[in-house]
Amino acid sequence: MAYTPEMKELIKRVEATRPERVAMARRNENYPALSMDERADVLSKFHPDYQTTGKKTVAVGPNKGDTFQEGVARMLESKSMIRPDKVDLNKIDHETDVLVIGGGGAGTSAAIMAADGGCKVIIATKLRHGDSNTIMAEGGIQAATHECDSPYYHFMDTIGGGHFSNQRDLVAALAKDAPLSIAWLESLGMLFNKYEDGRTVVRHCGGSSRKRLQSSGDMTGAEIMRVVRDEVRNREDQITVLEFSPAVELLLDDEGKCCGAILHNMETKEFSIVKAKAVIIGTGGFGRLHIKGFATTNHYGATMDGVVMAYRAGVGNKSLHSTQYHPTGVAYPEQNVGLLITEKVRGLGAHVLNIDGEQFCFPLEPRDVESAELICEAMEKGKGIITPTGRVGLWLDSPMIEELHGPGSVKKELPAKFIQFERHGIDISKEPMLVYPTLHYQNGGVNVNGESETCVPGLYAAGEAIGGVHGENRLMGNSLQDIITFGRRAGKNAAAYVQGGVEIKGLSLDHVLKFEKELEDAGVEEPGVAPILLPDYSTDEMTERRWPEALTKGAPAV
Amino acid sequence: MCETDQKSSKNTPRVATGDRAILPEGAKTIPVYIMGKMYEVPETLTIMKAMEFAGFRFLRGAGCRGGICGACPTVYRMAGDYKLHFGLACQTVVEADMYLAQIPFFPANRANFNIDEIGGLPEAIHALYPELFRCVACNQCTKACPMDVDVLGYISALKQGNIEKAAKLSFDCIQCGLCASRCMGEIPQYHAAQLARRVYGRYILPLAEHLKARVAAIESGKYDEMLEELEAMSKEDLEKIYVEREREPDFAEIGSWQPKETRYL
Repeated sequence: MAYTPEMKELIKRVEATRPERVAMARRNENYPALSMDERADVLSKFHPDYQTTGKKTVAVGPNKGDTFQEGVARMLESKSMIRPDKVDLNKIDHETDVLVIGGGGAGTSAAIMAADGGCKVIIATKLRHGDSNTIMAEGGIQAATHECDSPYYHFMDTIGGGHFSNQRDLVAALAKDAPLSIAWLESLGMLFNKYEDGRTVVRHCGGSSRKRLQSSGDMTGAEIMRVVRDEVRNREDQITVLEFSPAVELLLDDEGKCCGAILHNMETKEFSIVKAKAVIIGTGGFGRLHIKGFATTNHYGATMDGVVMAYRAGVGNKSLHSTQYHPTGVAYPEQNVGLLITEKVRGLGAHVLNIDGEQFCFPLEPRDVESAELICEAMEKGKGIITPTGRVGLWLDSPMIEELHGPGSVKKELPAKFIQFERHGIDISKEPMLVYPTLHYQNGGVNVNGESETCVPGLYAAGEAIGGVHGENRLMGNSLQDIITFGRRAGKNAAAYVQGGVEIKGLSLDHVLKFEKELEDAGVEEPGVAPILLPDYSTDEMTERRWPEALTKGAPAV
Repeated sequence: MCETDQKSSKNTPRVATGDRAILPEGAKTIPVYIMGKMYEVPETLTIMKAMEFAGFRFLRGAGCRGGICGACPTVYRMAGDYKLHFGLACQTVVEADMYLAQIPFFPANRANFNIDEIGGLPEAIHALYPELFRCVACNQCTKACPMDVDVLGYISALKQGNIEKAAKLSFDCIQCGLCASRCMGEIPQYHAAQLARRVYGRYILPLAEHLKARVAAIESGKYDEMLEELEAMSKEDLEKIYVEREREPDFAEIGSWQPKETRYL
């Protein structure tokens, strides 16, 4: 929707300062960048990853002693949604070879490979099959397919991008399998952008030494998801999909092998028990925890379920303190809130401005510094612009680009963004964009090795749910590759494990009892219940009107 | 469980967090009719967030919340007007006196096939979806499409045996099912389109020959030692070769550029 009259009034302040700012830019003068000390200061005060406030050190489990964002720590230090001692584990509802938890790109690829390996498979997924972050990835998928490139350089770019904090066997697996993933997707009939002779079109991305980003229009993830989901549907004799039935707890056997999970049918509220010889976690990231209240690019169900369940089963995680924020997510219009606006806009000279149309930061600081400066201006100084829906943002003065580079340059340089805003009645060559940092990607996750195995026999994990592939910073196009590479490896290895002969010796939830005892012993006060499955967007007013205090416990039809 | 406490100074405004909307002082509300019942919601919200503001909590009818997953197809009309409109709840802004309902699921037949055996001829598609020929060209499918896909165009192309055209015309399909919900011929358009795209990608679009060579090299173990070398390298050495690595020029024509160092290709 177009800017409201009130917002248009505020835009006049931006227009008032623009001539002087454009003149300044023409003189190659910039708002001064921060010194290294100032950077450290603003980061520690305002960047969620660097702030010391709002953090919590977990007192239990495999990562005991590690510090996380409070919201993440609360998930790790949470109780199960079922009482383990009240569950009859003799009543098995489904029996299968491989249980895949999560129906996004990683889980779906894993299911196909496990079926190829001769296994019966169940996919249990929280929403519809395919509802995932995979489907939202636009840009592309990295793979060293061209002659001037090789897995060697893909490895190097990936580990350099991650500040050398990546887990190396995972990076090697990613670099080696990437071209195999592309060939596999092509054989399933995925449409890649290609030249006439069939060669894939490749582009550079931030941090790449070779053009390696293959794509499918500007909806690469959606195309991947459509194709792998369709392939699963062709195999209904081997793969059963249970939608709206997320796993809420893993099952271990008497020997500590993973042997299934408890599912929760969110429509009928029933629980069911799946006995499986192997289990694969492909549950994605945690954007919908809205760490520190940030908007997110993630899909509705991204609530860290797999990491939570694995933690209780004794599987730790790495790099989970690190979250990718993008400084310029959309703050208005509502339809686009949280979605990304490329750095290119600032690269082309657009200033970032407060409610008075004043600059307050150098527009091309590193991403984390830029995010922190925006947060400071809006939340500490109170100089943000409040939208009609109570969202806060700062101006990104895109019309400057027209003045600096000539009329028509916004549309020419930013065609997709131009259309995206034009559709909602905003001409970004004439009016500024309203932006605010947004939560994009869970850099860390469950510990696995290069074969997608966790430390629990029979338990595998893949995709955004795992940690270490990207270290503390992920390159564009490596997330889709992570999903396919490790999804395929998990499926293949789980099938081989099952075919090697697995004997399950008694289903058990003792690990949950033990974990909850640890919580109690550690004195964790009022632990939450997780996985939370879905975020709750009820307004405070609505919550009050539901009379939480006055309502009788057990009231019918509530 | 969403974190909302972010007060850092006396200037800190009360703002919406996550996807939860709030009604700032002085903001306007408008009436909308959700399944016939009136609710007052802030203007400029999407239908999805307006329903959440009104107190609904989604299980079905919400997915990516970014216009690409097809979970939230919605039908609506404006007071006093017979005309039906179609859109995605996450991409359509509420207007005053809008009457709306979601159609989160619509039944549609899907035919199984084997991608390795189906081949690239249109007859195979016709055999799996004979109902394609029940199309009466009413164009309701196209009118209902929230992605502006020319649905009738690709159905017609499929009937004529033009798989390439059907694949290209249907590329933006998000499989929300609104087309099928409006179809007089009871055609599952989006499933037929998915089949057409996969057949086109597998059998008609030329396969990537350079990729075959790379796959063979990887499977022969050509890169295993190189990757092991990198895995074992000290951080200092890795940093050194990382910084010194050659970068393919931005404007080099594809296939024309060769690095000086070719040992690791």
